[in-house]
Amino acid sequence: MQQIDLARSAFLFLPLFLLGLLILPGRAALRIIAALVLAALIGWGLPQMLDRGTLTYLVSFSTMAGIYAILSLGLNSQWGLAGHVNFGVAGFFAVGAFTSALFTTTMPEGALAAYSQQAFGLQWPFLGGVIMAGILAAIVGFFISIPVLRLRTDFLAIATLGIAEVIRFIFQNERWLANGPQPMRGIPRPLDCLFKDPACSWLPPGAAEFLEPLSPRDYVFFYLIVVSLILAVVFIALERISRSPWGRMLRAVRDEENSASMNGKNVFWRRIESFVVGCFIMGVGGAVYAHYVVSIDYSHFNPLFATFIIWVMLMLGGSGNNKGAILGAFAVWGVWSGAAFMIDIASPALQLISDDLPTRGAYLRWMLVALLLGVIVLYRPQGILSERKKVSDFMTDDDEPQ
Amino acid sequence: MSMHDVADDTAPRHDDRTGRERILAALRSRITLATALALTLVVFWLLGYRQGASGSDLLSLTIWGVMLGGIIALGAIGLTLVYGVLKFPNFAHGELVTFGTYGTFTIAALLPTGAALRPFSFGWELMVGMILTMPLVTLVALAVDRVLFRPLRARGAELVLLAMASLAASFFLRSVIYLIWGSDFMFFYPGRANPILTLPLNIRIQGDQIFVLVLAAILVALTWILLSRTRMGKAMRATANNPDLAQVRGINTERVIAATWALGASLAVAGGVMYGLASQLRPEMGWFLLLPMFAAVIMGGIGSPVGAIVGAIIIGIAQQVSSSFINPAYGPGVSFILMVVVLVLQPMGLFGQKGD
Repeated sequence: MQQIDLARSAFLFLPLFLLGLLILPGRAALRIIAALVLAALIGWGLPQMLDRGTLTYLVSFSTMAGIYAILSLGLNSQWGLAGHVNFGVAGFFAVGAFTSALFTTTMPEGALAAYSQQAFGLQWPFLGGVIMAGILAAIVGFFISIPVLRLRTDFLAIATLGIAEVIRFIFQNERWLANGPQPMRGIPRPLDCLFKDPACSWLPPGAAEFLEPLSPRDYVFFYLIVVSLILAVVFIALERISRSPWGRMLRAVRDEENSASMNGKNVFWRRIESFVVGCFIMGVGGAVYAHYVVSIDYSHFNPLFATFIIWVMLMLGGSGNNKGAILGAFAVWGVWSGAAFMIDIASPALQLISDDLPTRGAYLRWMLVALLLGVIVLYRPQGILSERKKVSDFMTDDDEPQ
Repeated sequence: MSMHDVADDTAPRHDDRTGRERILAALRSRITLATALALTLVVFWLLGYRQGASGSDLLSLTIWGVMLGGIIALGAIGLTLVYGVLKFPNFAHGELVTFGTYGTFTIAALLPTGAALRPFSFGWELMVGMILTMPLVTLVALAVDRVLFRPLRARGAELVLLAMASLAASFFLRSVIYLIWGSDFMFFYPGRANPILTLPLNIRIQGDQIFVLVLAAILVALTWILLSRTRMGKAMRATANNPDLAQVRGINTERVIAATWALGASLAVAGGVMYGLASQLRPEMGWFLLLPMFAAVIMGGIGSPVGAIVGAIIIGIAQQVSSSFINPAYGPGVSFILMVVVLVLQPMGLFGQKGD
């Protein structure tokens, strides 16, 4: 085994371990041991079985799916837990991405300033940008929720759709804010010095030598760790929330608003709180996305890629179920990415139907995802994994009200 | 104890609201809403004037606004009827507009091209194409209803699922539009001159814009007659008002629903063709119109065609006049802000009735 494969294996260990914890059944202690063993085995085995390009593709696929999983979890905390129909995920996603970009980049100077404008550039560290992204998205969510959340759910759907479009227009037209219609470039990647030559100065010599064969192209192996850690934090937080008294209250507000309010719960504020929590998570997802793709512009946050597909993910995986949200993100992103290959392969056949069709093949993917959502809504609205309405850890599964 | 005594001594009050609640209730009346909207328009005119737009510029902008309002209204009438009769926001309505425009484009291209009917830039074939497209788009709407919405309706699905299904339908139909016609901008008559006429009071307007204004007015009037005078129109309004009661009174609701789709789709075709004449054809045009259409529907009150027309004209004027002092790209943003104002002050809208 060459050193480059070994180094890549080392990076795969943590994401695989977290994945093992997520999907393995059984008691906590056993699960940890099993996940450790499995992660070590698979992490060691994958670079042997797959050639390097395939493995890199797989890792970047998982990174993107992980980012979508964060967004899908955010949507789940709104729709699954509290019943808010947010058709404007793209807006909060965009606010998060641009906020983090503004807080972490350097203000362009000199000749560069003529080509690239932005409101400020604070050079904060990555985590600071991520947290600010969440906070700003939450603030936007708070202001939109106040007038709308006391009304019927359909008004929220229309209003969030509107706010997402307005936010996109702002990032498209305001040059001073984030370089207008041009992309905002040079968003720093956390710890990318690990993959440069010479490596970060603070790195102990042994580690630097170990990472030596990796090139900046392998950065995505490290970013997968970042994404899976943030995803894990969000997942655990949401699991805690949905089992906490607050989470039970949200479900009560969702299912039986009148009885919840008769029992002295402030329905309006609970709804606002849950909406804001979801917006925070979406903002974090946006920040993680911005630091991954390095260059963002308004067109990344269109209703298809940034709202619709996330709804399909959540509905497919199972609304109300956090594991389902993650499963849906990986499944739909797999369908979406796989469809690109299929359409490439089928392009001679498409050529026979019409000359224009192969160049428009990308839209077949839209159609596929739209059909998928239609089928889910018609035949399995609860998704693959349905919601577990567990009200107490002291209740066995048999007593669960279905 | 003494507190109780004091309370008992006071005369029985019918109105047990606190002062704050009463102020809020007064703020949230229709009159306040109408005043606020009128004030917004006045402020917009004044802002435009301060930015150096002359009186005749503002007058032109206002007339263009009424024209845009007419286009929005044609879409919004269908949207509000579907919203009222079927009780869900149909996010796919914009795609019916787009389908209508592109369908008209294709059919008009098949017909022999006639000379332009001056002062308009189009020939008779466009009108024929538009009328032929109306039943086709009706079929599209009915097919989507049959496949998607009717099963959900039969199951008594909640509003949210129907809204989501309509979002899926929206993306599906848009992908079909992209596949058939591609993503490039198109024009009904590329390169044909469209001279600007100067009317009295120095109003500058294109012939097509006058046509759009007149046709929108005629169609809106026809819809009005259809809804208020014909049997089907009355059945439609009754179903929108109270579907259960309508069914009890012997109205065939499925037929009413089909008629609603037919009316909504036909008006959407007309609205789309006019929008295409006023600007250009693009696959996203219906999606861009969706936000102003929803704003008009909510402003007018859900289920009220009159409200949708009034709301659409207010929004059209606000969008056009606002372009004299802010970036015209924010037009949909202006309609969004107006919608939020309506939701804050009076969610029932100008003409809405208290429903579910």
